[in-house]
Amino acid sequence: MAAPPAIELRGLTRRYGERAALEDVTLALPAGATLVVFGPNGAGKSTLLRVLATLLRPHAGLARVLGGELPRDGWSIRGRLGLLGHSPLLYGDLSARENLRFHARLHGVGEERIEELLTQVRLDARAADKVHTFSRGMVQRLAVCRAVLHGPELLLLDEPRANLDPSGAKLVEPLIGAASGATRVITSHDPAGGLAEADLALGLRFGRVELLSPAAAIDAERIGALYR
Amino acid sequence: MIDAVVALLRKELLLELRAPQAVPAMALFSITTLVVFHFALQRATVAGDLAAGVLMVTLLFASMLGIGRLFAADHEEGGLEAFLLAPVDRSALLFAKTTALFAFLVLLELIAVPAFAVLLLGPSPSAGALARLVVVLLLADAGIAIVGTLVGAIAVQTRARDLLVPLLGLPLLIPVVICAAKASAPLLAGGGAATLAARWPLVLGLYDLVFALLAYALFDYLVED
Repeated sequence: MAAPPAIELRGLTRRYGERAALEDVTLALPAGATLVVFGPNGAGKSTLLRVLATLLRPHAGLARVLGGELPRDGWSIRGRLGLLGHSPLLYGDLSARENLRFHARLHGVGEERIEELLTQVRLDARAADKVHTFSRGMVQRLAVCRAVLHGPELLLLDEPRANLDPSGAKLVEPLIGAASGATRVITSHDPAGGLAEADLALGLRFGRVELLSPAAAIDAERIGALYR
Repeated sequence: MIDAVVALLRKELLLELRAPQAVPAMALFSITTLVVFHFALQRATVAGDLAAGVLMVTLLFASMLGIGRLFAADHEEGGLEAFLLAPVDRSALLFAKTTALFAFLVLLELIAVPAFAVLLLGPSPSAGALARLVVVLLLADAGIAIVGTLVGAIAVQTRARDLLVPLLGLPLLIPVVICAAKASAPLLAGGGAATLAARWPLVLGLYDLVFALLAYALFDYLVED
């Protein structure tokens, strides 16, 4: 019997007041695969990630994540996913280590994992400094550590390489790249770069699915058309 | 859940220690209010009913500042979302926030009550009356902390949160002011009453219990989408 998909959406709809931020989204993503979501600003990419992360309730349709149905099984899914959004979800007045320690305790993760991650993203020397003294790139590296601290099976990454220079992007690659082994949903505005790491490409416009295709079957030109 | 409550509470206290906001704001406000009362009442000292009223109103209004700041860092820095992403009972946040606010109120009173005694209070209460006043204040603090956490959680979801905190909080906390003032008036009369009538502290305790149960039942719905 085939393994159930990591993400299964059928007619998923989410509204903000009268406006539909997502409408009738249907797709299935196998475990271990990468879905890259393209679309102009306001297309519904971040809303999709927030629904999958259990932060927003679907208003219609079916959303099944890691075998659990949302919002009913949100409780059992939360500890198995990691969200890296536009906001780093870190306290500026706490140090890097204190921030990770706080999240580690909420997720029941041991202290050694914190040090391992800080070393991996080369923030160990600044671990005792308050986060508000960090550059944006350093904050993003720390936010990556926060998102993967508990070894999630599903990574929800909203433009994860924003604010990272090439060396920073290289440092976080083993944590959020294909080598992480996690199922990934990534939003991107870079057609060529996004397609290069996608198994499945989704194009959204005004909350609706404009394009859904295996990445190998489309080219960057087709993705670029979403933005015109 | 205890681990989560400890982690959340530790974070609350660490943030207040690193960048003090709630306690200094409440303390300065209460001292300023007592000075205003001192001049507005046009008398050197107060005692009994009037003293109890002045003290409780000052503490209640000062607590509004603490309630307004209770979820501010979480709202501004995404801490609430980070908590919602964790596989922990939502009540952990309620317990941690209520305990933090309770601790901030106790700290406020360590500053405001001596200031009240110096600026306004007539004859000093006896040691026994002072001990009973502490019991009344702790019961009032528990009520303010529970209701304040509920109100703070509602207000933080809205744009008008600075307006919503006093609009929702003050009416809900009127019973606390009534009970605490009634209970403490005899203690602040000349010399202080020898005993504390059980009636008002009991009503305060009942109020705390009812709102604690209500908060426990409602909190999940307030913080989740």
